[in-house]
Amino acid sequence: MGLEESTFRDVVCTVCGCCCDHLEVTVKEDTVVKVKNACAMSTSKLLNYMNERIMKPMIRRRGRLSGCSYRDAVDAAAKILLKSRSPLLYGWSLTSCEAVEVGVELAEEVGGFIDNTTSTCHGPTILGVHEIGESSSTLGEVRHRADLIIYWGCNPIHAHPLHMSRYTLLSKGRFRKSRSERTLIVVDVRRTDTAKMADMFIQVEPNKDYELISALRAAVRGDEIEQDEVGGVPTDLIEEVAEMLISCDFGALFFGLGLTMSPGKSENVDAALSLVRDLNSKTKFVIIPMRGHFNVNGANNVMTWMTGYPYAIDFTRGFPYYNPGETSAVDLLARGECDSALIVASDPVSNFPYKATCNLTSIPLITIDPHITPTVLCSDVVFPSALVGIETSGTVYRMDGVPLVARKLVEPPRNIRSDIEILRDILRRYRNLKRLGR
Amino acid sequence: MSREIAILNGTVFDPTNRIFGERMDIFVKDGKIVGSASSKAQRIDASGKVVMPGGVDIHSHIAGSKVNSGRLLRPEDHRKDVEVKTPTTHSGVGYSIPSTYTTGYRYAKMGYTTVFEPATPPLKTRHTHEELDSTPIIDKGCFPLFGNNWFVMEYLRDGKVEECATYVAWMLKALKGYAIKIVDPGGVEVWGWGKFLRHLDEKVTHFNVTPREIIRGLCKVNRLLNLPHPIHVHTNNLGNPGNYTTTIETMDTVRDMANGSKPIVHITHVQFTGFSGSSWLNLGSGAPEIAEYVNKHGHVSVDLGQIIFGDTTTMTADGPFQYFLHMLTDNKWVNMDVEVETGSGIVPFQYKRSNYVNAIQWGIGLELALLIKDPWRVFMTTDHPNGGPFTYYPRVIAWLMSRKARERTLSKINRTARRRLTLPSIDREYTLEEIATITRAAPARSLGLKNKGHFGLGADADIAVYDINPSDMDVLRRKPAKLRRAFGQACYTIKNGAVVVRDGKILKSPFGRTFYVESQTKPEIESNLLRSIETRFRDYYTVGIENYQINESYLRYPAKVRCEAEI
Ligand SMILES: [Zn+2]
Repeated sequence: MGLEESTFRDVVCTVCGCCCDHLEVTVKEDTVVKVKNACAMSTSKLLNYMNERIMKPMIRRRGRLSGCSYRDAVDAAAKILLKSRSPLLYGWSLTSCEAVEVGVELAEEVGGFIDNTTSTCHGPTILGVHEIGESSSTLGEVRHRADLIIYWGCNPIHAHPLHMSRYTLLSKGRFRKSRSERTLIVVDVRRTDTAKMADMFIQVEPNKDYELISALRAAVRGDEIEQDEVGGVPTDLIEEVAEMLISCDFGALFFGLGLTMSPGKSENVDAALSLVRDLNSKTKFVIIPMRGHFNVNGANNVMTWMTGYPYAIDFTRGFPYYNPGETSAVDLLARGECDSALIVASDPVSNFPYKATCNLTSIPLITIDPHITPTVLCSDVVFPSALVGIETSGTVYRMDGVPLVARKLVEPPRNIRSDIEILRDILRRYRNLKRLGR
Repeated sequence: MSREIAILNGTVFDPTNRIFGERMDIFVKDGKIVGSASSKAQRIDASGKVVMPGGVDIHSHIAGSKVNSGRLLRPEDHRKDVEVKTPTTHSGVGYSIPSTYTTGYRYAKMGYTTVFEPATPPLKTRHTHEELDSTPIIDKGCFPLFGNNWFVMEYLRDGKVEECATYVAWMLKALKGYAIKIVDPGGVEVWGWGKFLRHLDEKVTHFNVTPREIIRGLCKVNRLLNLPHPIHVHTNNLGNPGNYTTTIETMDTVRDMANGSKPIVHITHVQFTGFSGSSWLNLGSGAPEIAEYVNKHGHVSVDLGQIIFGDTTTMTADGPFQYFLHMLTDNKWVNMDVEVETGSGIVPFQYKRSNYVNAIQWGIGLELALLIKDPWRVFMTTDHPNGGPFTYYPRVIAWLMSRKARERTLSKINRTARRRLTLPSIDREYTLEEIATITRAAPARSLGLKNKGHFGLGADADIAVYDINPSDMDVLRRKPAKLRRAFGQACYTIKNGAVVVRDGKILKSPFGRTFYVESQTKPEIESNLLRSIETRFRDYYTVGIENYQINESYLRYPAKVRCEAEI
C-alpha cells in the first residue's frame, strides 16, 4: 500500500450489527482519508481509529505498566494462564470469527471459561430461543416483503443508523417500492427519534413490556382483554395494533436492549418470540434482535459450532458445560471464581457491575485491545492489536447471520499484530511451558 | 513415520472393481492406493477382517447456518452426550447435532471419510465453509440451494436455459459448491408469504413458473454444465400423506432427458416422500410403487432418509414443511428465510415405535432399500439428523443385513403399522458387497468422485477395516448387535494414507479437503451474464456481489473438480 490514493469499494463496516457492506473508503499513505456511504458512527471510527491507540506491549512492574518486548508479553500471559486454575476469557464481539476460533481452543486448552458480550446484552434473547425458537429471516426478506415494521425497545436512528434505509422502512424492495407501502410502529418508554418517524408510536410504561406483549398475544388470539389499559396503553389501541399485526402480509419485529435489559428480561423476550410465532398461523411474521457489536453474532456462531453453546462456556471439567447465570462472566466474577482473566476487544472494567469489576481488577489480567481503555489500564499484561476491518481481515456475522469478510484497508502500525496472531502465540507458548512442566 | 502402509490378508470388498470379498492385500503410498509396498511399510494384519473403501455420505446436514441454529436451539440435546478432551481430540458435544470436531471424529470412528452437506443457502455459504473447515478428518463439500432462487426462476420463466446454466456455473464457482440442490421447488418462495404450494404445476406467486419447470430447467442446466452429480432433489409435498405420487411424478418429469443408464435425477431422503394414503389415519407405505418405478427406470437414484426411533432434530430448507411439523408437534420451532434464495426450518422431533405414523415411516425406508434391486442407485442415509443421527448407521446396516434384526424391531412397533407394511414379508438380506456399494462405492460414483469409494490404483487411500469375519456371516446375521458394534467402531480408519482411527479411538485428526466444481462456460458468455446480474445484484441482495463471492483461499484445502460446460 503505497503513497498513491486508492479507493476500496464494497467495504464492510465494523461498528454495529448491521455490517453495512457498501462503504467506499479512500486510503492514502496507509491512512484513511475519505469515507463515503457510511453513517456518522462508522465515518468517525474510520477517520479516528488512530486515536488513543496502544503502540506497544506492556507488563505491570512494581505497580506500573511499562513497555516490554512482544516475546516477554506472550511469555507473561502464558505463565499467568498456566498458574491459574480457572481463567476467564472474555470479550470476542469486536474481533473476527477466526480469532474467536483460536480463543475457544485456548479456553479449552487452559481449562477455563469463555464468554462473549452476549451475556450483558442479548443473553435473554438466546435463552428465549432455547425455549421457544424463533421465526426469523435475513434482512433482505424484510426489505423485499415487509409491509409492517415494528421497532420495540430500540432506537436504530442512533444505534443502527442505516438499518432503516438499507433494510426496512426506507429501503426499496422487490414487492415494496417506497415508504408509503410500509407501516412503522414504534414501542418504547419514551418518544425517541425513531418514534418520531413512526406511523404509530406506542408509549409503554417502564418495565411493562411483558404485560403489553402478553395483552397483544391475547388480542391476536381473539381473547377479550378485561382491563381498560395495559402498561399505560389503552385496550382499544392494543386491539387495533393486534388487527394490524394479523392483517399485514409480512410483518417484522425488531427489538433491542429496551426489551432484553429491562426487568423481566427473559420473560419479555419469551413473550415477543411467542407473539411472532403465534402470528405465523395468521400471516407471515419474523423477529430479529438488533445486535449491537459488529461481530457478536459471529462470536455466538463460532462458539456454538465448536462447543454446542453460544456463550458462557465452562471448560473446567474438560468438556463444554453451559449454564448462563452461573457460567457467564459477570456471575463468575461476582462470585470470585476466576483466578485470572484474558480480555479481547472489550472493556468490562467500564461496563460490569461494581462487584464483578472489583474482583476482575484483583486477579491477574491480560488484555488484547487496539485502544487504551480503563480495562487496559487495570491490566497486568497488555497487547496492542490491529483493528479488524481496517488493519486486518476477518469474517464477521451480520445480525441476521449473513457472514461477510471485513477487509484489511491499511497496514497496522509497526509491530502491531492481529488478535489471531497474538492468541496463537499465547496458545503455543502455553503448550510449550506445559510440556516443559513449568 | 512411514508413508507406506500394507494391509495384509483382509477380505476386501471393492464393488467398483468387482472385488467381492477376496482375500488380498491393499497397499498405500503417499495417500494413494498402489500396487505394492516396500519392506518399510507399516503392516496391518487384517486377517479375519473386512476391508472396504472409506464410507461416503452423500447427504448429511453437518455444517452451516441451519445446523448451527439447531445447535443453538437445543442445549438439552448436547447435555446428554459430551466428549471430554483427550491428548488427541478436542472436547465437544453430541447428540443429534454434534459440534464440528465431534462430527469429524464420530464419522471417522465408523470408517467414514467423505461427507457432503446437502443444503447450503448460497448467501450463507461462507458460514458453511467455516464449519466444514472446522470439521476434522473427513473430506467434504456442499450443495447450494437453487430451487427457489429468483434468478433461476426468472431465467426459466423466460425460457433462458443457457443463461440459467451460465448463472448456475458462476454460482457454484463463486460459492465453492458441488452440486445443484433443489428443495421444495417454488414452495419455499411462496412460504416467504406464509403460503403453501401443493402441485408440480401450480404457478409460483409473482414468478409465473411452476415446480415442474424449475426441476426440468435445472436438470437441463445440470446436463449443459456436465456436473459430476445429478440434480439433488427434495421434492414438493414432503411430509404429506399421499406424497409418493409427487415423488414418482418428479422422477418422471425428467424421464425424457435420460442419458443412457446414468441417473440424471437424485431423489433424496425418499422415505419422507414415500407416503401413500390420503390422511394420517390411513397412511401407508408408497415404497413398493416407488421401488417399482426405480427398478424400471435407470435415470433415477435415491437415498433413504431412514428413521431411527428416538429423539432427534429435524432441519431442512423446506420452511413450510418445518412449520407444519411445528404445528403438528407443538415443539419449539426456528424459521430462517433467506432473501432471493431459500428458507429453512428446525423442529426437535421424537420418533416413537408406538406411533403409527412413525412406525410406517420406519418401514418405508427399509422397504425402499430392500425392494430396489440395484444397490448402485439407492444410498444409505438417515438424512442426518432428520431421520436420526448419523451415528446410528450401524443400526441401519444391521436392519438391512439381518432379517432377525428387523423382526426384533418389528415386534416392538405399532401393531396396525406392522400389519399394513410389506416389510415383514421381505426376506432379502443385504450382503457385505451390497453394503459396501450403498455406503461407499455407489455414493462416490453418483458424486462423480473418481478417486473415492474404491481401491483402484491411484485412488485416495481412504480405508476402513472392520472386525467382521465374512465366514461368520450366518452367525452375525443372527447376532445383529455384533454387526452393529463392528460397523460402529472401525478397527482402522485410514484417511488420505494416514491411520486416523485404531480400535475406535482417534489417533490423529488432520483436516480433509473441500470439493467444489468448476464448470467453465465460454468466457464471453460468462462476462455478459456477470454484467447483467451485477446490475440486479444490489436490487436483490442486501450485500454486494464482491462480498458474496468466496475466494478459494478462504478454504483450508480446496479441491477443484473441473468439468466441461457445453455452452
Ligand atoms: Zn436433508
